[in-house]
Amino acid sequence: MLTFLARRLAQVVPTLFFVSILIFCLQQLLPGDPALVLAGEERDEQALAEIRARYRLDQPLPVQYLYWLGGVLQGDFGESMRIQRPVAELVLEKLPVTLQLGTMAFLVACLIGIPAGVVAAVKKDRAWDWIANGVALWGLSTPNFWLGIMMILFFSVELGWLPPSGYTSLREDFWQSIKTTIMPAFVLGNAIAAVLMRHTRSAMLQVLGQDYVRTARAKGLAEKVVVVKHALRNAAVPIVTLGALEFGQLLSGAVLTEQVFTIPGFGKLIVDAVFNRDYLVVQGVVLVTATVYVSLNLLADVAYILLNPRLR
Amino acid sequence: MSAATATTATAAARIDSPGRRALRKLLRRKAAVFGLCVVALFVLVALLAPWIAPNDPVKTSWTAIRKAPSALHWFGTDENGRDILSRIIHGASASLRAGVISVSIAVALGVPIGLLAGYRGGWIDAIISRVTDAMLACPFLILAIAMAAFLGPSLRNAMIAIGISATPIFVRLARGATMATMVEDYVEAARAVGNPRWRIALRHVLPNIVPPVLVQATLAIAMAIIAEASLSFLGLGQQPPAPSWGSMLNAAQRFLGQAPWMAIFPGLSIFVVVLAFNLLGDGLRDALDPKGR
Repeated sequence: MLTFLARRLAQVVPTLFFVSILIFCLQQLLPGDPALVLAGEERDEQALAEIRARYRLDQPLPVQYLYWLGGVLQGDFGESMRIQRPVAELVLEKLPVTLQLGTMAFLVACLIGIPAGVVAAVKKDRAWDWIANGVALWGLSTPNFWLGIMMILFFSVELGWLPPSGYTSLREDFWQSIKTTIMPAFVLGNAIAAVLMRHTRSAMLQVLGQDYVRTARAKGLAEKVVVVKHALRNAAVPIVTLGALEFGQLLSGAVLTEQVFTIPGFGKLIVDAVFNRDYLVVQGVVLVTATVYVSLNLLADVAYILLNPRLR
Repeated sequence: MSAATATTATAAARIDSPGRRALRKLLRRKAAVFGLCVVALFVLVALLAPWIAPNDPVKTSWTAIRKAPSALHWFGTDENGRDILSRIIHGASASLRAGVISVSIAVALGVPIGLLAGYRGGWIDAIISRVTDAMLACPFLILAIAMAAFLGPSLRNAMIAIGISATPIFVRLARGATMATMVEDYVEAARAVGNPRWRIALRHVLPNIVPPVLVQATLAIAMAIIAEASLSFLGLGQQPPAPSWGSMLNAAQRFLGQAPWMAIFPGLSIFVVVLAFNLLGDGLRDALDPKGR
């Protein structure tokens, strides 16, 4: 277990190293002089010279990269040009909002995806299986920002049940917070539910064909007990690990969902940064997202081992 | 007809080529055929757009602003009085082009790189794999948005950004498939009779990784179409006034209370075309699965 962890950690470091190079290289895609772009409105020579000196744009690329990486490793992602605040501070401020949204979405996904997958596997090739597969296909094919717009149209504009946009934090007002996040959480969770359902179905089908399930049935256990205690428990391992990976995809989905529902989270931060040509914020957000994703990957692997006694 | 050609003809009828066998299996699946028909329909609509669209997609009309669907404008009109049906018909080409071109970029870059990594192994593989991991560590859409933002907003740049963001998927797929193929007896045999490396890679390994790549590419087109719509929705794709389903949804959001039809139809188009590609991809996967023969 420890050697495995050590080996896995040793893999994470080069991955993150390449991530940092990749994100640093994004800057090179900017057409023209980066100093001009970074300066934004101020275009006088002195400001440009200051920026060139500050970001070491006059030095060779590898040197620039090392300075940038040095800053990042100390938690210094640079400063947002538009609001003159450190990028790290902005990220930390927005992260809890997206985390709340993501957790709720993940709950929605598990509550829909796992039972649907179990039912589909148990009733393979029958009506329930077809329905569950159809719903999953629907979930995978609906662009989530459109689903968000349609939900606003129905629940906010037509019925007036839920606020169409905005966000209240949990600490401020619990129920209001749930009201502002339930629609975006459903929108985000919907696509993940589809993926989880497919994983659950195939994991369950594999397990249901095993000898110990036949033994459990043969000794006269109720079908419910066989399915939940014997089959689902064993199928849980791949479901949990794949689920953790999907959590990373939530961050991707959050970008558009937060935009549609004007929720001031991580996704809104990157979109606003893109519109304001606030490139250091874009770089910072992508880097943090990638780090979160890599960590989740690692956690998924650890969970896989912890949940599976044969691998311990 | 000579006797020789007659024999080959009967032999061909008896032993189907793998491609034909897969096609026959694909056509037996109703869902896949439905997907194929819908895709074909949208391709036709995109190609014939200038002739079948009832109105000019960019012509504004101040007398027909935000009109509900009617006999004159089947899908209604938008905030500038443009006919939504015509804009959807013209927008089909942007969506399909974005899907196909960006996936072609991803396949053209990803498959050779993955083949190289899987075939050569060693330090080349180690470097390619780490870079692939690094790219896969950045969520797909976030990477595409960041890249499109740095490249500058346009449909062409959106396609490049989506294509490059999707490349690692194909690198990983081609690498895995190559490694699985390399241990097969026929590759060993090809090596034993003295084929050069490039010939083994191109003639013996490459054809065997085509089926999984084809399946993944079909599903990736669905993903790329959603990604293009997302980027256009954010203003990073197709630029106004040229029509695109994503940017139409962006405009629609501001008039949701007054003109819901502006939001319903473009989104429905994305949904239908993406569903069709997903159905086709799932069908291809079953048809090309060697275990299911």
